[in-house]
Amino acid sequence: MSADTTLEAPAEPAGTAASEVAALEVPPEILAQSFGEYVRVRWARIRRGDSGVLPVIGALVVITVVFQAISPHHVFLAAGNVVNLFQQSAVFMVLAMAECFALLLGEIDLSIGYTAAVGGVIGVQLVQPVTTNWPWWAAVVVALVACAFIGFIQGTLITRLRLPSFIVTLAGLLILNGVMLMLLGLGPFSGYPSLTGQSGNLQVLYNFMWGTIDPLISWIAMIVIAALIGAGLFWRDLQRRRSGLVAPPMSLTIIKIALIAAVGAAVVAICNINRANLGTLAGVPWVIPIVLAVLGAWAFLLQRTRYGRYVYAIGGNPEAARRAGISLARVRTIAFMLCSMTAGIAGLLYASYLGGMSNNVNGGQLVLYAVAAAVIGGTSLFGGRGKVMHGVLGGLVIGGIYNGMYLLGLAIQWQLMVTGLVLLGAVTIDALSRRGALTGSVTHI
Amino acid sequence: MSDMAAEPLLSVRGLEKHFGPVQALYSVDLDLPAGSVTALCGDNGAGKSVLTRCIAGIHQPEKGEILWEGRPVHIRTPREASRLGIETVYQDLALADNLDIVQNMFLGRERLRYGMLDEDSMERAASDTLSGLRVTTVRSIRQPVASLSGGQRQSVAVAKAVMWNSKLVMLDEPTAALGVVQTRMVLDLVRRLRDRGLAVMMISHNLNDVFEVADRIAVMYLGHMVVQADAASLDRQSVVEYMTTGARSGAAVAS
Repeated sequence: MSADTTLEAPAEPAGTAASEVAALEVPPEILAQSFGEYVRVRWARIRRGDSGVLPVIGALVVITVVFQAISPHHVFLAAGNVVNLFQQSAVFMVLAMAECFALLLGEIDLSIGYTAAVGGVIGVQLVQPVTTNWPWWAAVVVALVACAFIGFIQGTLITRLRLPSFIVTLAGLLILNGVMLMLLGLGPFSGYPSLTGQSGNLQVLYNFMWGTIDPLISWIAMIVIAALIGAGLFWRDLQRRRSGLVAPPMSLTIIKIALIAAVGAAVVAICNINRANLGTLAGVPWVIPIVLAVLGAWAFLLQRTRYGRYVYAIGGNPEAARRAGISLARVRTIAFMLCSMTAGIAGLLYASYLGGMSNNVNGGQLVLYAVAAAVIGGTSLFGGRGKVMHGVLGGLVIGGIYNGMYLLGLAIQWQLMVTGLVLLGAVTIDALSRRGALTGSVTHI
Repeated sequence: MSDMAAEPLLSVRGLEKHFGPVQALYSVDLDLPAGSVTALCGDNGAGKSVLTRCIAGIHQPEKGEILWEGRPVHIRTPREASRLGIETVYQDLALADNLDIVQNMFLGRERLRYGMLDEDSMERAASDTLSGLRVTTVRSIRQPVASLSGGQRQSVAVAKAVMWNSKLVMLDEPTAALGVVQTRMVLDLVRRLRDRGLAVMMISHNLNDVFEVADRIAVMYLGHMVVQADAASLDRQSVVEYMTTGARSGAAVAS
């Protein structure tokens, strides 16, 4: 059957309205056999309020155009500032991906800001040459394990004792704030352990955010990754056609691959422009592949594995999941551990961004930005709908606002208010599309 | 007794169950032969759900036995019931709205390939099952369940239940809250299950539906099984009397 049957000429006498609705609910990639049809089905869905990631992409375009137009000397899109923007956004992106695990279950984790801070402090403290002087990788592992343990405790309280996640993680926020201050006080650093110094381990942590990859290697890596993604998409379509299943139109796949390659090339090209005022500073900062690795790993876990399927099932209908024999407590506890561990990654990146840790870190605000980023990106607060990619896009929006406001010389109060308004807009879009239709299959073919 | 099978697929003998001081089942007998539809009728609180849950492994009876293919069995969990080939479709269907049809049908029993979900193989199997049951009104089995009509959801829930080589399917009020066309669709599906040789037990309040598809009718009243007979030997009036008084008019009224 083609999309035309239901879109334009619903023929069945009974339940035509229902079948028309159903046709619009199907991911357009499945209905459409040609690119033209795809565009039409997608447009019909957008008109009905199911806009997917389009609002957040639109927001990014608006932010870019507006700030490029009004920033002094049109500096917003200058290479130095774009790289700066990626670095500022990275912490929000990773924290938002962490929060996705809680939000997908229909829960919330308010503690991830300070979980991140605790992870950052542990990492920074352990590599200090005058105290423990651990190798950087051991410090990273211990920081992430500690964060996962925090998630384990909170997850266990939430799932086994059935305490509300809001309260448990609110308590976590307070406790971990205290733990962070306590850990900061250790050693002879007056509460400000820093990542500056000659020690190789300090430098590795510092380079998470500030180190760059050689331009040539950046290009090669980008091309290899884009080629692998492209080959993977083609292979999947081929497999589906071979086994007689509907596959998206070839033209759509080619456009997708071209877009991925174009975005990748643009990022690498911009990062490879010399952005130093004096001397040379060029190359992709390490933080970009780190964020992409987290994104890839969690997208794989959530979309391609049994565990991910169970997370969505519990978010959608816990009773159905329970009857299907899924261990709710186990899946939920692991999700809280992954949430906290991902927050730990964000914390290490934040420590690297700040060049150390101090009691100025405001984990309470970080978590609010993380939730905002996830929701702005399109993750539902009510569970079962969302992707880690949404966190990355939402993090970029928040980073963009922060960065643009700073360029304009506007004080923090404006940045807070604008971010709040964007969040309100995102929640409104979520609520309106929910009212229009319940949507969102987790698989996109 | 139905002429379809000499020995019933599942027999319940003298089942008793109480919750605290409340006796829910008094020495209940029930036969569910293969290849026939048994309607289980009764007013609210008659014990239909408790009996179903005992067979499904959710409740443990205190007395009596359950014979499966002639052998006594203890069904302690829904898992064990599934392993025997008993599947239950509850009224709330237990489908996850945000997942698509394939994902729902395989929920908890996903097929894996190299540790990853084998979507293609699951999609083919789900598609085969649905077309085997002639559930063809769904547009794409990749559409989220949220977008389905009530009858389509019921059909998906039933297809999910029979996909696992089940031999007995118990349906709890499958036509409640459905329109005329949707009800017909579900009753056709019930007939197809019987034609495939499955034993079907259908809890229903709707006597139109009962007389349309049932081969056998069992009526419960206040925890007692008051009658079990071929549908042909009963009429609407007598079933209503059994349901409301526990006996046919003229006979001594129970309680």
